[in-house]
Amino acid sequence: MEKVAMNGDQVIALAWKQIDPDVVAAYPITPQTIIVEAFSEFVADGLVNTEYVCAESEHSAMSMCIGASAAGARTATATASAGLAFMWEMLYIASGMRLPIVMAVANRALSGPINIHCDHSDAMGARDSGWIQIFGENVQEAYDNSIMAFRIAEHMDIRLPTMTCLDGFIVTHSLERFEPLPDETVKKFVGDFKYKRSLLDLKNPTTFGPFDWTDYYFEHKYQQVDAMRHVIPVINQVQDDFAKVSGRRYNIIEPYRLEDAEYAVVAMGSTAGTLKDIVDELRAEGKKVGSIKLRLFRPFPAQELAKTLEGLKGVAILDRAVSIGASGPLFPEVRSALYDAKDKPKLKNYIYGLGGRDIKPEELKHVYKQLIYNEGEIVNFLGARV
Amino acid sequence: MPGEKAGELPEGGMILEAGSSRKYNTGDWRSKRPVCDESKCTNCLVCWIYCPDNSIIVKEGKRVGFKLTHCKGCGICANQCPAKCIKMVEEGV
Repeated sequence: MEKVAMNGDQVIALAWKQIDPDVVAAYPITPQTIIVEAFSEFVADGLVNTEYVCAESEHSAMSMCIGASAAGARTATATASAGLAFMWEMLYIASGMRLPIVMAVANRALSGPINIHCDHSDAMGARDSGWIQIFGENVQEAYDNSIMAFRIAEHMDIRLPTMTCLDGFIVTHSLERFEPLPDETVKKFVGDFKYKRSLLDLKNPTTFGPFDWTDYYFEHKYQQVDAMRHVIPVINQVQDDFAKVSGRRYNIIEPYRLEDAEYAVVAMGSTAGTLKDIVDELRAEGKKVGSIKLRLFRPFPAQELAKTLEGLKGVAILDRAVSIGASGPLFPEVRSALYDAKDKPKLKNYIYGLGGRDIKPEELKHVYKQLIYNEGEIVNFLGARV
Repeated sequence: MPGEKAGELPEGGMILEAGSSRKYNTGDWRSKRPVCDESKCTNCLVCWIYCPDNSIIVKEGKRVGFKLTHCKGCGICANQCPAKCIKMVEEGV
């Protein structure tokens, strides 16, 4: 199809319009607002059949999504930052009840100090909530991930809620050229919604979310752990199928010019795009460098990532969030993944871009320089005046 | 135990049948048991209205006993009884 210029929020609303979910319950919050605003216009114009509920809070929005999903409805929502934080309690209930809700998260810092700009603190805080977490780089990925997410969440071996993350403002509000898919292609790709049990099925009455005591809770948690184990093969399959209909090839880990590289930088979100330009520049100077875009954070693809990084001399892990009192949240996961590797690279952590602080090309070059000359600390704060 | 492993249980704690609470004897939780002084009971059935566990047994419009398999010993019946004929007695004493 012809390429059009749209921002990251608009394309998610467009994806929902094509998918036509049964229920969307949401509460607007910057920088996610355009998604629900644009989608509510589709609803008002009668372009979708979706039951759209403008909730009075994010806690209520997620609660409504849980009820709708348990009733057997294909359900979507979107939020950001404090909105995601306000959903916290319900996030665990959605995953614990194994409801395949799809949610776009426009990554934004958490207050305080009060800030509305991009970082990954919101999604990182939800990393243990039992949701699948996919990170997109640009507007095209925001759209493509929103379509693939339904297939992943709703897969009968998985049935887990899925978060598609996109960088607040950097992707949500930037106009980029992107290529939509025809409505029919999207509809056919996601298929009809199937439920395992429905609250509305009177012939097969089902209790959802009952009290789960010491004698069963542990087993139900283990079921979630086990479902997560099925996610990577399913995502690989969904990405393969998506490549067939769109011509766009995605992988959970996307290496860039890594074949003969000695040093590499790992990032999630829009910075992974900037890194590719830096790699090109440094390659032109004869430096043996590459980069890795990580698209999947939960489940964490530890084995796959270890295989990708093994043999490199040095790797920097960029974290757009900080676990205050420890390091960036991605860093220890990568380090742990490499613990059993035979040929371990030296690893450094760079926390960057908190509260929307711009990440500059010179700063990323500086990271490669520090890797090559083995400078800097284990945990570094890139671009902060310290 | 067969059928009790994580892989054998309905996912997310779903209960796939109706009325399964009959199988769960919440009476096991009880520390105090309701005892009725039959000479004072006026059969007003206020206890039956208030009991949250459906544990007041009524036959032909008359209160005939307590269903101790499901009575959790909450004491609401004793508290609400207008004739003050229900007392909560320690279990195991």
